[in-house]
Amino acid sequence: MTSTLEAALTARSDLIAPVLAPLVGALLSFLLRRWAMPIGLISIIGLVLAVLMLIPEALATGPRWLAVGGWEAPLGIVLHADGLSLAMLFMTAAVGLAISLYAAVYFHDQPSRAWSFWPLWLLLLTGLTALFLAADIFNLYVTLELLGRAAAALTALAGGADALVGAMRYLLVSLLGSLAYLLGVALLYHAYGTVDLGLLADRIAGLPATWAALGLMSAGLLLKTALFPLHFWLPPAHSNAPAPVSAALSALVVKGSFYLWLRLWLELFGGLGLGVETFLGLLGAGAVIWGSLQALRQTRLKLLVAYSTVAQIGYLFLAFPLALGGATTAWTGAIYLAVSHALAKAAMFLAAGNLLRFGGHDRIADLDRVVQRLPLSIAAFALAGVSIMGLPPSGGFIGKWLLLEAALSQGRWGWALVILLGGVLAATYVFKVLGYAFTQSETPHRARPVPAVMEWAALSLAASAILLGLIVAPPLALLAIGEPFAMATGAVGP
Amino acid sequence: MTPATLYALTGVGLFAIGLYAFIRHAHLLRKILAFNVMGSGVFLVLIGLARRTPTGLTDPVPQAMVITGIVVAVAATALALSLMLRVVATIGRTELPDDPARRAE
Repeated sequence: MTSTLEAALTARSDLIAPVLAPLVGALLSFLLRRWAMPIGLISIIGLVLAVLMLIPEALATGPRWLAVGGWEAPLGIVLHADGLSLAMLFMTAAVGLAISLYAAVYFHDQPSRAWSFWPLWLLLLTGLTALFLAADIFNLYVTLELLGRAAAALTALAGGADALVGAMRYLLVSLLGSLAYLLGVALLYHAYGTVDLGLLADRIAGLPATWAALGLMSAGLLLKTALFPLHFWLPPAHSNAPAPVSAALSALVVKGSFYLWLRLWLELFGGLGLGVETFLGLLGAGAVIWGSLQALRQTRLKLLVAYSTVAQIGYLFLAFPLALGGATTAWTGAIYLAVSHALAKAAMFLAAGNLLRFGGHDRIADLDRVVQRLPLSIAAFALAGVSIMGLPPSGGFIGKWLLLEAALSQGRWGWALVILLGGVLAATYVFKVLGYAFTQSETPHRARPVPAVMEWAALSLAASAILLGLIVAPPLALLAIGEPFAMATGAVGP
Repeated sequence: MTPATLYALTGVGLFAIGLYAFIRHAHLLRKILAFNVMGSGVFLVLIGLARRTPTGLTDPVPQAMVITGIVVAVAATALALSLMLRVVATIGRTELPDDPARRAE
């Protein structure tokens, strides 16, 4: 196969660096508890550097393969990086850096939680980077499990009844999703004799086994991605975790299973003409409307932000029917939206964490003039809100604009209406929070100072989400490496 | 029907029984056991189908997958059990309460 040949030619081990940096950090921070925080910060800087070093070469020479340790598939593990993988890695590194800086200060006065946080957080990053680089469906299963275990353990970190129950439900849902996916892997392997994505893409056909695998894998992954109506577990799990964990779960972890589903769709199922695109789009539209309405009804800030994630995940699935017409614009829009959402949503959760720390509560109605007292955090929340609403200039705007363009160019007004309606609803719930930030509440509150690093971490994430709307060409060039969306262009299929 | 197919179908049956129990039972320990039954079902499917090759020789790759899968399942069970003990110690019940978000509606 050409992929194997190219792997041998381009075998350079720096492709494994984004996986190794957090993995080594996780093991070291577990063993050397006293140094957990510095080790964590060094590993995350290593991860950022490793990702940044991959990008210029990929831009120049195209997608990369690496057979780890010189062992080729099917026995070895092959890593693969194209534009889609690199965009996801970049998102992980950028959001991961900000969350790590925030967490270093957040957990400063709780050493026992810090000891638990750093190894788990670094393992979570390991799972994510390995997931984005894996090139076969079984290794994708292993990385998905690594990610799910670390995420569930982190959710329980706050330790209260709500957090533990949320974590338990999250873990059970995550296990169920993984097993369904694994059964799908078993069926695909039996039908086609390989787990390599590239080989499977060549061999796949509309056999009954393919249908069964599609059903199992989509059910498992959509459950883990919390697509409406399978989102029930997300708000309690995401809103009861400590702020840096909430940010990581909402910004990064749901993107992991979404990426996996998108990858399977682009490489395997999209070309078969199975006709489930409209169904996925309708679930996405349901998520946009239902998630936004629920967000609007919440009285607690972190729950509002969590329901906003449910709505924003819906947007990503609108790309499935819109890409059916043959335009890659819809996929580009969805990925642009995913990356902007990661930056903006992490900013929102970190800002919410600051407000929670400041006032000792996160009741929206009692925010009590925080705009004067925590201007940086409110600015971060507002800027992130601009991207979530999809107002220009912001990454969220570019993403929604691309989706709209795909919808309008095909004259599909229904989908365009959902995209616009979601934006209006998002504006309503963001302004609801901002409104209470200006008003004085009836009862005065204790005020605990918030360290500057925590405010600046949130603000810099929000600013990056805005920046993605101003600097558009480089991210698009990055996404185009190796034409990850090319297969789905002919999605009307045989 | 060859024995290999029988094993694979038994695996599918175990998966279905496990799934039913997973959804049906509220007790956390039963849910964790149901997850393990489902997992064994998937492993049995993999092992059974490994015998169903055109050459008649057993394919070793699924066996390697099952070994990995068992390691993952053991780790998951350990985490789920310890989390369950913490949940029971904190809320004093062996079942998860209704979703606070949904209760508020």
